[in-house]
Amino acid sequence: MTQVASNTGQPFSPDPYVGSTPRAGLGRPAESSPPTRPAVNVGTTERQLSMAGGAALALIGLRMRSLTGLVAFGAGASLIARGYTGHCGVYKALGKSTAVPAEPNAYHKSGIHVSVAYTIAKPRAELFAFWRNFANLPKFMDHVQSVRVTDDKRSHWVVKAPAGRTVEWDAEIINEVPDELIAWRSLGGADVDNAGSVRFVDAPGDRGTEVRVVLDYIPPAGRLGKYVAMLFGEAPEIQIKEDLRRFKRLMETGYPPITDGQPHGQR
Amino acid sequence: MKAVTWHGRHDVRVENVPDPKILQPRDAIVKITSTCICGSDLHLYDGFIPAMRSGDILGHEFMGEVVELGSEVRNLQVGDRVIVPFTICCGSCFFCKRDLWSCCDNTNPKAALAEQAFGQTTAGLFGYSHLTGGYAGGQAQYVRVPYADVGPMKVPDGLSDDKVIFLTDIFPTGYMAAENCNIQPDDTVAIWGAGPVGQFAIKSALMLGAAQVVAIDMVPDRLRMAAEAGAVTIDANDEYVYDKLMDLTAGRGPDSCIDCVGLEASGHTIDAYLDKVKTVMLMATDRAHALRQAINCCRKAGTVSIPGVYGGLVDKMPMGAAMEKGLTFKMGQTHVKKYLPNLMQRIIRGEIDPSFVITHRYKLEDAPMAYDQFVNKRDGCIKVVMNPN
Repeated sequence: MTQVASNTGQPFSPDPYVGSTPRAGLGRPAESSPPTRPAVNVGTTERQLSMAGGAALALIGLRMRSLTGLVAFGAGASLIARGYTGHCGVYKALGKSTAVPAEPNAYHKSGIHVSVAYTIAKPRAELFAFWRNFANLPKFMDHVQSVRVTDDKRSHWVVKAPAGRTVEWDAEIINEVPDELIAWRSLGGADVDNAGSVRFVDAPGDRGTEVRVVLDYIPPAGRLGKYVAMLFGEAPEIQIKEDLRRFKRLMETGYPPITDGQPHGQR
Repeated sequence: MKAVTWHGRHDVRVENVPDPKILQPRDAIVKITSTCICGSDLHLYDGFIPAMRSGDILGHEFMGEVVELGSEVRNLQVGDRVIVPFTICCGSCFFCKRDLWSCCDNTNPKAALAEQAFGQTTAGLFGYSHLTGGYAGGQAQYVRVPYADVGPMKVPDGLSDDKVIFLTDIFPTGYMAAENCNIQPDDTVAIWGAGPVGQFAIKSALMLGAAQVVAIDMVPDRLRMAAEAGAVTIDANDEYVYDKLMDLTAGRGPDSCIDCVGLEASGHTIDAYLDKVKTVMLMATDRAHALRQAINCCRKAGTVSIPGVYGGLVDKMPMGAAMEKGLTFKMGQTHVKKYLPNLMQRIIRGEIDPSFVITHRYKLEDAPMAYDQFVNKRDGCIKVVMNPN
């Protein structure tokens, strides 16, 4: 099982397989995204000041040998960390950054790219067939309320959003290789502009199939965008990974494990 | 129904809780006829295992009678007497297909939590914290058994509960620990911890042909039982374990060492005291004195086998000794199902009667007292069996 994911606001880069036929026998295509790391959102000078100030505060805190001193030491340590990593949680919460000038194109700035892979002990054809029937997707995609297949290529997606809302879009299959690949893209007028693909590659030996999902989406501006951000939380790759885990368990066991509804004593 | 529930360190209670229900078509409900307190339950009782929730039902060594079946369980019938392995297995993932049942990919509903702690999720376990799924356990009158078409094994007629109950955990656990040592006919096997798992490791090592088995403990009753089984014993209270082992092997060291103690080891050496201080101060999670000593004593190119439970981080590991001596480490939660046919046959043939380990019998209502007695090793307490119905 491997997982490569990133949501660091890198430029919108659609899946390389979207719209093209994948080369056969690729084995394990390398993913381009680096491992997740908090984004740098503090400028260089400010980082240096942070480190110097933090060190001073930490030293003062240490010498006080009291609870206040401990708090000062902690604050100093987090300033050092802020300077060292260039990542500030407060700035992040405020949506502020002194690191780089804002991207000229909001489209680029807000694009989110997720790539997750999972190994499932089932044959490629069986997994492909289940996925290709899009009406099956809500069985393991937690946030997808329904997918209505409208014709051979098109489908209508309804996805749950917080506060009982939904976001909707029409999607179109833009590439399909039986038992290997399905790629799709939302059509004009979507609440959430998105494109994605799922690839099915034989796993080594008799391990089954490696299922790789790549998803790019652009949260809309305004309030709806906020809902979408909440929907995927801070780590969209975790949501997709849990969806894939549910897919694996559904396919391998028929009935994923549950404990809701079992007895317990007083909580 | 009545069930034994966990509420914090040294706080277990017997509560009235709702009866379990079938939640999935692969579930069964089992009416429990015998249930045990395992040494590893004491790690929960002492508060060493993370991710417990107040109200969790304990117990992972139990057997009973099938009273209800989900629609997909076709290999069992209502009324069957079954033993239920403590590891919950799906039967169809990469690991289950390779007899590595405790590594099952699919049975832990809290897989993301387990991944954060261990890198990958392992099998769900009954009554053993939310890291292993948060399944309600079997120290109760009834239990829901998920994937009941895979785990439970029918008990042949004529075998009493006492003879087969330990097939659910400690007998296979001791046996796997011995099997992991790849014992040769002239080998010496040293076993740290002569509690229930240690006792079965002693019997198993002898069954697998070890020439000499040495049992190390600090509790006289356990050492007596080990000696009865045919082990040479070392009382770690008043003997130097390393010196005695070197003497017993003429300076070679034991060919294999088995750590049946796990994360709550006690000892009278500096590292053992440091562990105690650090765990109390929350600077460490596990106390690994027995494991360190096993590594140090093991002969060059020997095997260290670890059935004892570890749950978190261990420090001061003598990796230098392990590496320079070229040791092999084998460990893991028990792949119970793998061993059931073989061990059941051994019981039927009369090669072993596992009930020798039972020292105390109680009603379920007595569980709080039984835990206290077991953790303090009072009144010669080695193994507690409870009858809930």
